Amino acid sequence: MRETYSVILPKMDLTELTGRLIVIEGTDGVGRSTQIKLLRPWLEQQGHAVLDTGIKRSQLAARGIQQAKEGHTLGRITLSLFYATDFADRLENEIVPALRAGFVVLTDRYIYSLMARAIVRGLDPAWIHNVHSFALKPDATFYLRIGVDDLIPRVVFSTGFDYWESGMDLYPSEDMYESFCRYQTSLLAQFDKMAQEYDFTVIDASPDIRAVFERLRRGISRVLKGEPREPLFAGPPPQVAEQDRDSDKSASMEKPHHPGAEK
Amino acid sequence: MKRYGEHRFPGKLFVVEGIDGSGKSTQLMLLHQWLQAEGYGVVFSEWNSSPLVRDTTRRGKKKQMLTPATFSLLHATDFADRMEHNIIPLLKAGAVVLCDRYIYTAFARDVVRGMDRKWVRELYGFAVKPTAAFYFRVPLEVAMKRILEGRNGVKFYEAGMDLGLHEDPEQSFHIFQGKILEEYESMIAEFDLTSVDATLPIEEQQTQMRQIVKAKLTQAKRLRVAP
Repeated sequence: MRETYSVILPKMDLTELTGRLIVIEGTDGVGRSTQIKLLRPWLEQQGHAVLDTGIKRSQLAARGIQQAKEGHTLGRITLSLFYATDFADRLENEIVPALRAGFVVLTDRYIYSLMARAIVRGLDPAWIHNVHSFALKPDATFYLRIGVDDLIPRVVFSTGFDYWESGMDLYPSEDMYESFCRYQTSLLAQFDKMAQEYDFTVIDASPDIRAVFERLRRGISRVLKGEPREPLFAGPPPQVAEQDRDSDKSASMEKPHHPGAEK
Repeated sequence: MKRYGEHRFPGKLFVVEGIDGSGKSTQLMLLHQWLQAEGYGVVFSEWNSSPLVRDTTRRGKKKQMLTPATFSLLHATDFADRMEHNIIPLLKAGAVVLCDRYIYTAFARDVVRGMDRKWVRELYGFAVKPTAAFYFRVPLEVAMKRILEGRNGVKFYEAGMDLGLHEDPEQSFHIFQGKILEEYESMIAEFDLTSVDATLPIEEQQTQMRQIVKAKLTQAKRLRVAP
């Protein structure tokens, strides 16, 4: 039987949710949606039915959140609760029915992103954990990890800085670049903490798309076959995180992975 | 982040609670008039009134898309917006804030809808504790008579129709309000609510309420805001 992190929502039957719940996590601009676009057809070719879902896509709350964010008047508690509403709507109306029907559910971010954002904005970690404690425990969480130095060129030369992704609500006195660096650095620290707490599979997202896709495919294959992941990803998680941190220091703007960064 | 607790702001927060038909809104309106006449800076805040969340709530209710979980979270979102942008700044400014329904409404309704009692209480952990919370205590039958005489038909969620308690909306409303009443009763001691006998004449209830409010306002500054 499936488990939640603590409370069970009314009328939520946790038996016979035979599908697989796979989470792709990571900061803004790390390439999550690109990977999901590749993973979906790959899974379908193998005969798996796939539901892909992600933050702010609920029928109930997506439009409301968008409108509220455009106004830039959202308080941090309000913002967190609006997103939690969106998540609950998708959990009950999309994710659980799909799992019951035996789908592979690929979710672009999960409660971890929502909690990281809230904690970075100064909310009580115990409070935000409780808010999301009705979430289902996923079968696996793949955390696409990238250092801020590698992230900057990707963001600058694709979508540009976004008000919320730059944490401008937090550091309004700074320019977008400074604010982006501070905000994303704080987010990364939260993700690294959660990687251990929630047993994420950490994937270095700095190599090219194909290499990351390869790692994800191997990891997901094991989840679908019900194999343990330990033999594949050598070393305990803390070591992995440390190695990654070291590589972040050496990988700077001097050797960008994004071709556009040199110009 | 502040957990539910005593606020240290100069303002005062008075809230009214009770089932539909308990007469709490009438009492709050009378209190409002009096406080204004006394020269206090008074502001009224109503449950479920945040402009930010309004469209989503309206759509969810109209299309009957809300489950106990999303009903609960959406109302918490609405409350958070009013707390962050309205109630706390006003209390900081020294205003007397009056709320028609507060977190206890959510505790009662959400628990009756099957949400975890402890989870809901923690969900509203960011709320400030009212200076006084008046609970208008009324027998179910009295409240039902007041409500059902005065209007034609109760709305879907108001009647708790989402819970499948009864096919007839009036019957469902009756059962639902009865359950909510039980939740309120158990909260009197838990949250130290000030009970007012809502079967008494309106004037008498108001006198009681004003006495209690007056005692709590001894240190409050009068803002002399023109009514």
